[in-house]
Amino acid sequence: MSGKAKNANGDGVTSVLVVGVGGQGVIMVSKVLATLCQEHGLEVKQSEVHGMAKRGGAVFSHVRFGRQVHSPVIPAGEADVLVALEWAEGLRWLHYLNPETGVFISDVRKIIPPFACRDRGRGVMPHYARSTPRDVLEKVSVGYAMDATDTAARLGNERAANTVLLGIMSTTLPFSENAWLETIERFVPPKTREVNRAAFLAGREWVKDATVPQGEVLPQVEVDPALPQARNVWDINPAWCKGCDICVKFCPERCLKLDAEGKAVMVKPELCTGCRLCEMLCPDFAIRLSKEIPEKVSS
Amino acid sequence: MNVQPKKTNARIEPLMGNEAIARGAWEGGCGVAVAYPGTPSTEILQTVGTFPAEDIYAEWASNEKTALDIAIGASFGGKRALCAMKHVGLNVASDSLMSFSYIGVNAGLVIVVADDPGMHSSQNEQDTRLYARFANVPVLEPADAQEALDYTKTAFALSEEFDTPVIVRSTTRLSHTRSPVILSERQAAPQRAFVDDFHKNVTLPAHARANRPKVLAREARVGAWFEDHLTRIDAGKGDVGIITVGMAYSYVKEVLPGAPVLKLASSWPLPKKAIAEFAKAHKRIIVVEELEPLIEEQLAIMGIRAEGKAFFPQAGELSPEIVKKGFIEAGIIEAPKRKKPAEPEIVPRPPLLCAGCPHTSSYMALRALDARVCGDIGCYTLAAIEPLRAIDTCVAMGASIGNAVGLAKAGTETKPIVATIGDSTFLHSGIPPLIDAVYMRANITVLILDNHITAMTGGQDNAATGVSLRGEPTERVDFEKICKALGVKWVKTVDSYDLGALYQAVREATEHKGVSVVISNRPCVLDPVRIRGDALEVVQETCVACQSCMNLGCPAISWSDGMYDGHHKVRIDESLCIGCSLCAQVCPSSAIRAKGGKEAKRP
Repeated sequence: MSGKAKNANGDGVTSVLVVGVGGQGVIMVSKVLATLCQEHGLEVKQSEVHGMAKRGGAVFSHVRFGRQVHSPVIPAGEADVLVALEWAEGLRWLHYLNPETGVFISDVRKIIPPFACRDRGRGVMPHYARSTPRDVLEKVSVGYAMDATDTAARLGNERAANTVLLGIMSTTLPFSENAWLETIERFVPPKTREVNRAAFLAGREWVKDATVPQGEVLPQVEVDPALPQARNVWDINPAWCKGCDICVKFCPERCLKLDAEGKAVMVKPELCTGCRLCEMLCPDFAIRLSKEIPEKVSS
Repeated sequence: MNVQPKKTNARIEPLMGNEAIARGAWEGGCGVAVAYPGTPSTEILQTVGTFPAEDIYAEWASNEKTALDIAIGASFGGKRALCAMKHVGLNVASDSLMSFSYIGVNAGLVIVVADDPGMHSSQNEQDTRLYARFANVPVLEPADAQEALDYTKTAFALSEEFDTPVIVRSTTRLSHTRSPVILSERQAAPQRAFVDDFHKNVTLPAHARANRPKVLAREARVGAWFEDHLTRIDAGKGDVGIITVGMAYSYVKEVLPGAPVLKLASSWPLPKKAIAEFAKAHKRIIVVEELEPLIEEQLAIMGIRAEGKAFFPQAGELSPEIVKKGFIEAGIIEAPKRKKPAEPEIVPRPPLLCAGCPHTSSYMALRALDARVCGDIGCYTLAAIEPLRAIDTCVAMGASIGNAVGLAKAGTETKPIVATIGDSTFLHSGIPPLIDAVYMRANITVLILDNHITAMTGGQDNAATGVSLRGEPTERVDFEKICKALGVKWVKTVDSYDLGALYQAVREATEHKGVSVVISNRPCVLDPVRIRGDALEVVQETCVACQSCMNLGCPAISWSDGMYDGHHKVRIDESLCIGCSLCAQVCPSSAIRAKGGKEAKRP
């Protein structure tokens, strides 16, 4: 597998889209690229949206360079290179990649946000992207997927994963290895110069005989097939309940309420996940939760 | 505009739109610059603060109106002045703008307003150009960083030549795009002193009546000035002429590089002659402008047939795709053959309150209390979404307290009524409504979330941090004292990381009859210094998968691979956790521990 970034729109503009999660170093990658282009006498436009970046949200940076660049934003379907510092973010922006000539570069490392873990049903999987590296690399014209975080960690600092991917990206663009290294040095803290240098070279080296990482995106959890059908049954003893409100306040799904007499009652049974928190916290042992598991039906 | 690197000896640097505006102000001889932070405008003043203090005074104001009033004062005093704000900030400052338009300037006064089409981080997408029309002042709309610098510089001269405040309108895309800019040296501004002119400087009704026709005449003269300044025609082929302005210009050039384009520098007032001539030379005129159809409407008044919003949306940010789609619908270009690829289903990744954010506990407590919560603008607005779901209303900067008073006076609410407001927002516009709450004896609780910084916009100082924009120590507002001075009888300050104490304080406060204030006090974990601490861990053997801790919405907590009774156990990402201990405080099985199994303590 090998690939060079092509000019998508024929007028000499190259478009690189760098994406990831806040804090991963998306802006560092795009700054290095933009600076390098600038110093080679090209017009560069680099566009981001600030404000939410630090707060774990999705982050992107458009870099466009050439003789003359108009729009700072890459039109969908026209990115020549897509660099993703996180797996699902690469998938989110995949439709920006030129389907005929685009180069896809991604870390296979997953950052699963708390949002993906909201469904409290029994045995559910996190809501995350399901496409595997194999699925994606089959679809794109040129694709590289590697565990860059692991590579960087083995070199001594997993935060240099962005530089590993920068190393891969450098092989698709017409600048010399030294020019890249000199520019990277100016954008990383002095203490991490060595590890970033090694990370960059590791990425460049890896491309020579890149392989497709195997395996599924999400871990497979063993769940007893009978369990998801369990039915939650509560027994709230009004005689023992003194209306302290603890169960009402701590219920993660807000299923419980105090009634007119100040006794705990279940008001939203359909939301109860059977976590037993109310049962555990009740100081008066007034709540009992049991699970009715139907007999296994033999198929 | 077409910068050709390496062909000139001038210094060229890649600058963000906001940095270019700041540079333009400095090069243009600006002497006083003031702002209230607001995305996407914040970096303008931060950049001004890097220029020599002897050239330019730069400071954060409490709100956009005081920022404009300070800039106006500097203009009265003969110093070129700039104030910067986001689009909604101009709502706050508009009162002064409307009258100052009648007065005009002594030294040049420039108001930079950054709009947010697409609402990347705003509560609406109002178009500042309408304010220019409303206030009868010119608005300059740069299309890239070079123009951002040039137009800002020009704006000061324009302001003085025509005796008018001038608005420079940016947008998120321009403010946050870096492109090459030619730098030059600072110009010496003309030396002026205060001009003792009673009829000009004091807006008595009699004076204003005399000034009003002058303002309208001024507007016509500025429109005529644009005929041979900044307005440009890009010659091209075909009989369809495009009229465009600002960032939309770059999208038009991207999609139709060869079309004839009339590029305006300003949507208000228009160079009417240039437009009429351009319209005459083309069979069909298409207007491409972001947000409101301001140019299109004026063309209709001028009797020029033009199309615009029929093809380009009034809502949302433009992009090359959207502009292309508009031109396809207008029949100017053909639809591409390429099929749209299927988009895989991916988890949404909205921004979150940080791991260890001191706001989290306030909303956990309010949720537990089942309070009716009027929210405000800041990071803590994020507590409105899952899983905290603890904010019932959010309107605009400083609205929370007034909203709570109204809700109390409506007399229909049975839950305790609480207004939550950050330190910077409280200083911005939370004090007058608190005065009203006391005056009206409203039965509400105000929770001031004091994280010692203006956080959402990236960590700016404010009057309660005791540090100036240039990092020097200065006076500091004391929230307890200010509340007591306003007449609040019940005030208590609590550590944000002590969930139990915070809950108890809020509960007692809501039981107090009248106005009560709880100050939740802990510094932001990101700014001014990034707070780190030893990460906690989840003992997998004792975790009962109740996911009580996940109600905090902490980004460091997610599911582990282990299961308990069909539910996922949790894990803590040690690279994110700072050890705030809130999760340990809500864990019913004491499974969240410090390193080595020790009890997790409040830092």
